[in-house]
Amino acid sequence: MINKIAESLEVALSGVEDGATILIGGFGDAGMPNELIDALIAQGAKGLVVVNNNAGQGETGVAALLKTGRVRKIICSFPRNADSQVFDNLYRAGRLELELVPQGTLVERLRAAGAGIGAFYTPTAFGTELARGKESRRIDGRDFILEYPIHADYALIKAEAADRWGNLVYRKAARNFGPVMAAAAKCSIAQVNRIAELGDLDPEAIVTPGIFVSRVVRVARPVPGVAVNAGEGRP
Amino acid sequence: MTYARCSRAEIARRVAADIPEGAYVNLGIGLPTMVADHLPPDREILLHSENGILGMGPAPAKEDIDPDLMNAGKQPVTLLTGGAFFHHADSFAMIRGGHLDICVLGAFQVSASGDLANWSTGEPDAIPAVGGAMDLAVGAKSVWVMMELLTRKGESKIVPRCTYPLTGVGVVSRVYTDLAVIDITPDGLSAYDLVPGLDMAELQRLTGVPLGARVAALK
Repeated sequence: MINKIAESLEVALSGVEDGATILIGGFGDAGMPNELIDALIAQGAKGLVVVNNNAGQGETGVAALLKTGRVRKIICSFPRNADSQVFDNLYRAGRLELELVPQGTLVERLRAAGAGIGAFYTPTAFGTELARGKESRRIDGRDFILEYPIHADYALIKAEAADRWGNLVYRKAARNFGPVMAAAAKCSIAQVNRIAELGDLDPEAIVTPGIFVSRVVRVARPVPGVAVNAGEGRP
Repeated sequence: MTYARCSRAEIARRVAADIPEGAYVNLGIGLPTMVADHLPPDREILLHSENGILGMGPAPAKEDIDPDLMNAGKQPVTLLTGGAFFHHADSFAMIRGGHLDICVLGAFQVSASGDLANWSTGEPDAIPAVGGAMDLAVGAKSVWVMMELLTRKGESKIVPRCTYPLTGVGVVSRVYTDLAVIDITPDGLSAYDLVPGLDMAELQRLTGVPLGARVAALK
């Protein structure tokens, strides 16, 4: 019997090696797998390469992971925010490598990894600093640059519900990078608000089929104003 | 010569008035977001947000804020009836695949040939951040810029050649400013809708880049 449901965050994060490349879903707070990130911090792997759209805000989530000093490099499109002080300080101190990638190129590189594409030409960033050193090619009178996939060891994503086969549905704009990252990593781990019985998720509505998901862990959505124990170190 | 510059809200209203019924539109973060507040209520216009929303609606009442429903600037929004959610790869396929009719972006500089600089001032200690700007610049059918014409020092932001790092090459077709609307055409720049009291000679003096008179064939 297939059962991808892990009994705890600790079990869900087991086996993450030093030096792993880890995709982290979310855009702002929506779809951010904060409890999985906290469990990764507790797990202790270091020398990590992290891929997220941003580079952490405030002192929690990705920012807390960066603060541990266990991230060697971050690949993202928009590290600068009003409250990205953890990233700013590490970057200015030369303690964190940054690969800045336009957002559409970032997601297409992830998509390419998941889809087995060796490389692709995109018009995005042609003629800009971010195209420096990249191959370019004119196709049908338009200029493109060559971009390569981002393969990863793990993806940490957040979805609304899963069944034991790992089928996922999402909620509103929290979907963002989740489905693409799930396909791009060797081992994708989804934290979900709810576990559904096999067959209860409408097959027409499943966004990420279970083939892209290795592990699922339930983390109930916090009820506003009520403190919940939702993983390591999060009161 | 006495004339009053348009406020940011007035520029936003001017942009909104030019967005036609049925258009799919992305409003960049910052100043362009204001356009949403001025869309003509009698037109169905679908706003796209990079993070996977089509049919984005206005900000919710405080008690209706949903942390899973925000725009690309991470501000809470709503979904219009008929709106849709999708993942990031689909969202950027809409952008890069040429499915958006109009994108409105802010800018540090726009060149006479439509080059756009809006993501970095190029200062050595600046934290770089590009987001979706380079994808929007190459992907939308029409890229409009919304900005004040002059910097605080009085220098024109429409320039012969951008000195800030580029976002896209030859991508901007129209610039809405606080003094006039300026189209960038293969034949050069064309300024129109000057604010009352401002004449073409003065606008030309402020801008520095040659501005033709309005061409009748252009809107």
